[in-house]
Amino acid sequence: MSLTDKDRIFTNLYGMHDWRLPAARRRGQWDNTKALLEKGRDWIIEEVKNSGLRGRGGAGFPTGLKWSFMPKQPSDRPHYLVVNSDESEPGTCKDRDILRHDPHTLIEGCVFAGLAMGAHVGYIYVRGEYYNEQLVLQAAIDEAYAAGLLGPNACGAGWDFDLYVHRGAGAYICGEETALIESLEGKKGMPRLKPPFPAAVGLYGCPSTVNNVETIAVVPTILRRGGAWFAGFGRPKNSGTKIFCIQGHVNKPCNVEEEMSIPLRELIEKHAGGVRGGWDNLLAVIPGGSSTPMIPKAVCDDVLMDFDALREHKTGLGTAGVIVMDKSTDLIKAIARLSTFYKHESCGQCTPCREGMGWVKRMMDRMVEGRAEVAEIDVLEQVTRQIEGHTICALADGGVWPVQGLIRHFRPMMEERIAAYKAGKAAPLALAAE
Amino acid sequence: MVAEMSTGTEFPQPESFSFDEESLKAIDTIVKRYPPGKQASAVIPLLYVVQRQMKRQTGSAWVPNKGMDAVAERLGMAPIRVYEVATFYFMFNMRPIGKFHLQVCGTTPCWLRGSDEVARACREAGKVGGYGQTSEDGLFTMTEVECLGGCVNAPILQVDDDYYEDMDYESTVKLIEALRRGERPAPGSVIGRQTSAPEGGPLTLLDVPGE
Repeated sequence: MSLTDKDRIFTNLYGMHDWRLPAARRRGQWDNTKALLEKGRDWIIEEVKNSGLRGRGGAGFPTGLKWSFMPKQPSDRPHYLVVNSDESEPGTCKDRDILRHDPHTLIEGCVFAGLAMGAHVGYIYVRGEYYNEQLVLQAAIDEAYAAGLLGPNACGAGWDFDLYVHRGAGAYICGEETALIESLEGKKGMPRLKPPFPAAVGLYGCPSTVNNVETIAVVPTILRRGGAWFAGFGRPKNSGTKIFCIQGHVNKPCNVEEEMSIPLRELIEKHAGGVRGGWDNLLAVIPGGSSTPMIPKAVCDDVLMDFDALREHKTGLGTAGVIVMDKSTDLIKAIARLSTFYKHESCGQCTPCREGMGWVKRMMDRMVEGRAEVAEIDVLEQVTRQIEGHTICALADGGVWPVQGLIRHFRPMMEERIAAYKAGKAAPLALAAE
Repeated sequence: MVAEMSTGTEFPQPESFSFDEESLKAIDTIVKRYPPGKQASAVIPLLYVVQRQMKRQTGSAWVPNKGMDAVAERLGMAPIRVYEVATFYFMFNMRPIGKFHLQVCGTTPCWLRGSDEVARACREAGKVGGYGQTSEDGLFTMTEVECLGGCVNAPILQVDDDYYEDMDYESTVKLIEALRRGERPAPGSVIGRQTSAPEGGPLTLLDVPGE
């Protein structure tokens, strides 16, 4: 039941072929775009709804539904499409391949999304580090303008659509949609309180929708082949194809587009050459980018890679960045390094995050050494619960979930580390004094 | 986020800054992307313009105080609004750096694949004391960066704008020696991988219609 090449959307994922317009057209992009646009806004949204497409940026919100939140009646406020290409979730490198190897499917998707949400202007916010990637994207946009696919009367379908690239400057928080909007407005990337949601008050105070690159880039193929085709892959409510980034302790790390709901073990063994040292050498997997809690081997043995299956195991599909860790891994250190990441990336706006991420990092650094009391594992767990859900955005949630996952599945390992430290050095510590 | 705000005391700030012709041309294109009255949106792109111009003119890519003032003036913003943006984001160097910026990704996916060795090679071959420091010959500045988003090609070393992928100690030393000789090896995988495809060649996309 695994995906075949004829059903892969990203036919140039590895950059084996030319990304430019004539070659992209040969591979079927920009085919019949005018006629599909002429079917109109409602048809596009309905077809995307029928496809069951859920956002590919991590949260998994149904895309068609999100688009339908944009006001139907035009007003004096313009609508904006904003594409989130701030790809910074550790373990995630899929949008990079779309930008540099398949930019035209993204650009074409923007035209469809623009029409569907009544937007004449789109901005693609690319993380600053992707300098070479955004050069390719800009060149592809220039080609599309020259061919009349963008600009006034885009594709000859009677809809004006302009598309611009905007470079960020190295801040993970700008992947949060309202922080991204703030950044695009020329401010510090600090998330806004919701409501109002961007569909009501977004970029420049106007109705806006922010979508991930992969979400937008699959739309042209969905419209060409039909929502039902896309919905035919994966389990119900988890439909479609998905780019997985398989990395860490596998023999052959890679990106691959596969069917949703593929078993994790099959994904790793078929595409990434298996776990280093064999499946039995597996210790744990972070299944969906750094914010999703790890799962131990026993769960990995038969879990399916989709939103609902992973949620049943208190983790998530996230961005589908699959971080594999074998038995040689110091798991406590692996998670402590993520705590360092979240501390570094906290924007500092909300106290539980600004103070909490630093506190968790310092605690985790002590856990790496074992320089702690066993009771402090509970204190750490409790503090993560107090941080979770008490901030404007989900950065802090994503920052504490990996720690919770570690405690949930590998508490004995932490206790052993503490015991080993005590065996070497017996002075008691003040409890949770960092 | 902790970004270092320059105090202007540890190193000389230029007494003036004005955009050169190349920068002015770039600015014209950039500002047109945003609606009338929303020029502040161009602040990040213009700070890049400053940093690039400094690289052209002095060999060091950084953003001096007068450069931020020039951005504020061009966009009609209060200077403090530009300063706070420049110091909030990580990619603007608020002090001079070496000729080459060695940015080592140390986040978990790269760490699992040996980023500690890449960092050690940067210190040893580049003769840099550690993160945040510049070699005495002024060639290399080393920075630890957070996830670069190239995780299936970990570990990654970003030199200026370019990603060097699938690195280890030896390949990092080789790269740094090449840079020192004035060469600029092609970016990408140093073990000859086809971008993000598995080592040894793609297992999918072997039968692509139209190709």
